[in-house]
Amino acid sequence: MGEDKLLIRAVIAFAVAFFGTAFVGLMSTWVDRKVTARVQARVGPPWYQPFADFLKLMGKETLIPEGSRRTGFVIAPLVGLAGIVLASCLIWYNDLYPNPRGGFVGDLIVVIYLLVVPSIALMMGASASGNPLAALGASREMKLILAYELPFLIAMVAAIVAAAAGVSATAPAEDARITFRFGSLLHQQHVYGVVAWKLSGIIAFIVALLCIHAKLAFVPFDIPEAETEIASGVILEYSGPLLAVIKLTRAMMLFTLPALLVVVFMGGFVFEGISILWAILKYVGILVAIILIKNTNPRLRIDQALKFFWGPMTILAIVALVLAVVGW
Amino acid sequence: MSLATWAFKKSPWVYHVGTAACNNCDIEILDCLTPRFDIERFGMVLVGSPRHADVLLVSGVCNKRGAERLRDVYRQTAKPCAVLCIGACAITGEMFRDSYYFDGPPDRIIKEVDPNAIIAYVPGCPPKPEAIISGAIKALSVL
Repeated sequence: MGEDKLLIRAVIAFAVAFFGTAFVGLMSTWVDRKVTARVQARVGPPWYQPFADFLKLMGKETLIPEGSRRTGFVIAPLVGLAGIVLASCLIWYNDLYPNPRGGFVGDLIVVIYLLVVPSIALMMGASASGNPLAALGASREMKLILAYELPFLIAMVAAIVAAAAGVSATAPAEDARITFRFGSLLHQQHVYGVVAWKLSGIIAFIVALLCIHAKLAFVPFDIPEAETEIASGVILEYSGPLLAVIKLTRAMMLFTLPALLVVVFMGGFVFEGISILWAILKYVGILVAIILIKNTNPRLRIDQALKFFWGPMTILAIVALVLAVVGW
Repeated sequence: MSLATWAFKKSPWVYHVGTAACNNCDIEILDCLTPRFDIERFGMVLVGSPRHADVLLVSGVCNKRGAERLRDVYRQTAKPCAVLCIGACAITGEMFRDSYYFDGPPDRIIKEVDPNAIIAYVPGCPPKPEAIISGAIKALSVL
């Protein structure tokens, strides 16, 4: 493929990823607030609410606390935004231009790596802000990251092993290799069966769903950002445009993380003909599951969350990995 | 009406500042957040930090200790912001006006910090949640 064509495709993918993820992410936060309101027998905000919130925050002044490290404080939200936009770019590119040899060799690893960046950036910003409550929030965020990353990674490995193990015996040898490339992963799932239908896939999917729930910092795992306990912990000192960037990052994560789950477990988004409806249904299904878990649980303490992820979740993920290796 | 003003009217985030109140007004403010009155349909969300807030709900008589805190909280709120004084105590100090520890109704304290502050008053002891919502809407429509 000519270099110019590749460059144009990359630019298109980046533009779609940025604006598409921002738009779909913000609408997903509205869906979340509306469903939450309905579940609580309320009316809830109108459809343009997330956009009004974003515009309002852009119009407020930026207050930088006197005792903070100004550079780290200001850069942190931007670093987080950059990480999530790049991660969503990889997911969009491989769904917009499907190709069995598409993507590059370490796709999934890079996406998992980039998805940790917003959480770490938030920690950096909270530590830079010089507020003791924010420092408490930062330490809780760190413990939460340690907690959920382990079962998340094991569940992802279980998924790709299950995808490779499901390849039939008569297929060419290179299809049956365990692969981190998104293009090959999607090809394996389209041709030889979606990961989520296998037993190991179901277990790994449940583990991954709870892990991204924690990554999104939704109740029961919104420990770092507890409003009433530590006055919004990590984002306490942010105001104005920086807070808008943080909220936008959270909204983009609300799109990117379920989309990653759809790509790894359910064969990705297929944008042709009637499959578009099925693609939207897959995404909305995961979103509704997240919203319902959010509305029916109280907040956990950080030690309870740690025990939960390093106990039952890790054991389930290892069980899923063993089942995937065996072939189930 | 510019886009900024429209966005400000449609998404006012609320922070509750209690300065030595008897808590009746605080209970009525909390009532506004419950499903019966549901201020989230106006875009109002209760936030945990004054830095995130657009509207400060001030309740209570401001005593000397509360006055220092109220000045700090007002300075920490990102401008533009509006202040809503809720209840008769927050407007005039009502029956506690002659007490030894009284330090001026909250609007006097805020005007010390910022003479051009946007302040609205919701009378009542305590005002009903409908009155609080109506006061907030009227304050926003003046902007």
